[in-house]
Amino acid sequence: MNQSLLKKNHALSNVKKQLKVLSDSNPDKRFSDSLKKDDLFPLIPTGLEILQINMGKMCNQVCGHCHVDAGPDRKEIMTKETLQLCLNVLRQNTSFTTVDLTGGAPEMNPNFRWFVEEVYKLNKKVIVRCNLTIILANPKYYDLPDFFKQNKVEVVSSLPYFTKVRTDAQRGSGVFDKSIEALQLLNNVGYGIKGTDLILNLVYNPSGAFLPDNQESLERSFKQKLIERYHIEFNSLFAITNLPISRFLDYLIESNNYDDYMSSLIDNYNPTAAAGVMCRNTISVSWDGQLYDCDFNQMLELPISTSNHISNFNSNALEKRHIITNQHCYGCTAGAGSSCGGTTA
Amino acid sequence: MSKPYYVEEDLKKFGDITDFQPELGEKFFEYYGEVFKDGALTAREKALIALAVSHSEQCPYCIDAYSKDCLKKGADEEQMMEAVHVAAAIKSGATLVHGVQMMNKVKDLTM
Repeated sequence: MNQSLLKKNHALSNVKKQLKVLSDSNPDKRFSDSLKKDDLFPLIPTGLEILQINMGKMCNQVCGHCHVDAGPDRKEIMTKETLQLCLNVLRQNTSFTTVDLTGGAPEMNPNFRWFVEEVYKLNKKVIVRCNLTIILANPKYYDLPDFFKQNKVEVVSSLPYFTKVRTDAQRGSGVFDKSIEALQLLNNVGYGIKGTDLILNLVYNPSGAFLPDNQESLERSFKQKLIERYHIEFNSLFAITNLPISRFLDYLIESNNYDDYMSSLIDNYNPTAAAGVMCRNTISVSWDGQLYDCDFNQMLELPISTSNHISNFNSNALEKRHIITNQHCYGCTAGAGSSCGGTTA
Repeated sequence: MSKPYYVEEDLKKFGDITDFQPELGEKFFEYYGEVFKDGALTAREKALIALAVSHSEQCPYCIDAYSKDCLKKGADEEQMMEAVHVAAAIKSGATLVHGVQMMNKVKDLTM
């Protein structure tokens, strides 16, 4: 795969088609009914702590599981004006302690460095979801490790597995070798090294139609293999479940795994994980400034129920909103739960 | 067309064995669940052992279940195939070691 679903004019690039696939399966097991059984419906926020900003859908990779359908052919990029609106919201709402930058490759936004420096001045924690290969993609990105260090950015990077075969199968040919090189560059400036305050966390997404298992056990394996084979260190591993939307949904259907995968998510529904879902303390901003309960709702174009643009941000209304849920939400509540920070239960 | 004896969907019905004998079935599943928890062996090591035994027992349900479980628990393809080789080695070794019995008998019967 080297083009986005949108570029290929694939039927699933239409979110209505995705929502129909999701709603047509398991009609007797609605996510909202599962929440109702545990008195969690309607799902309401616990606070406004994390502002997750999707800086654009442009990316140097075309990963097979990408819920954003990102890639080099996607041109949607957040403007400086919208980023300025985000800064205004961050200044006015001190409850936000963390700014989580994602994409696409957020570093490809021409205003990325300016924005990170501005957020750093506000004394907020900045997380950058770095795909690693961007560091080596062009000379203008070579100094990203130093830039991250100067701004105390927490780096969160996907490495679906510690072998080339499985990583490249998910993220594209050659991605594993470049990711290893990029991790070594990050280690070289202190990221992930004991005794420094430079945090490097890795994300494990299963590279197929199965759920992640125990996060601590996977972290032990990753640490052992990466240090033995490549002398790479990192802080924590986040085990994240692939949600059945966009390209991963396409993969599930094409590989005839969709029904079994949905059944696994539903059968492993965990109310403790449901109570801890990330949408309860996060607001997600899309490249055009629209607000969503999470990055997945953003990609399914399920907007927040109130105050739905960064230009009319209303913290009181947002704290009292009802979070929009759908069948894909089972992906965040299966087993030990899943969030952008790993397991939740 | 004849109906296959093993049907993939039947694995989902494994829990139904309690329909005919609840007490023993429930005890079995309780024991089964305990066995596969982390202990002196990790859950991943146990899944790899189960994968090997699945092959030596030639149980298609177990092979499906533990291939998936090994992936889920973070085992890689090399570990999984080595586990199958362990099963194969024991199976073939168990056959060949009986060659000693054959040799003993031949020696008993021949001059």
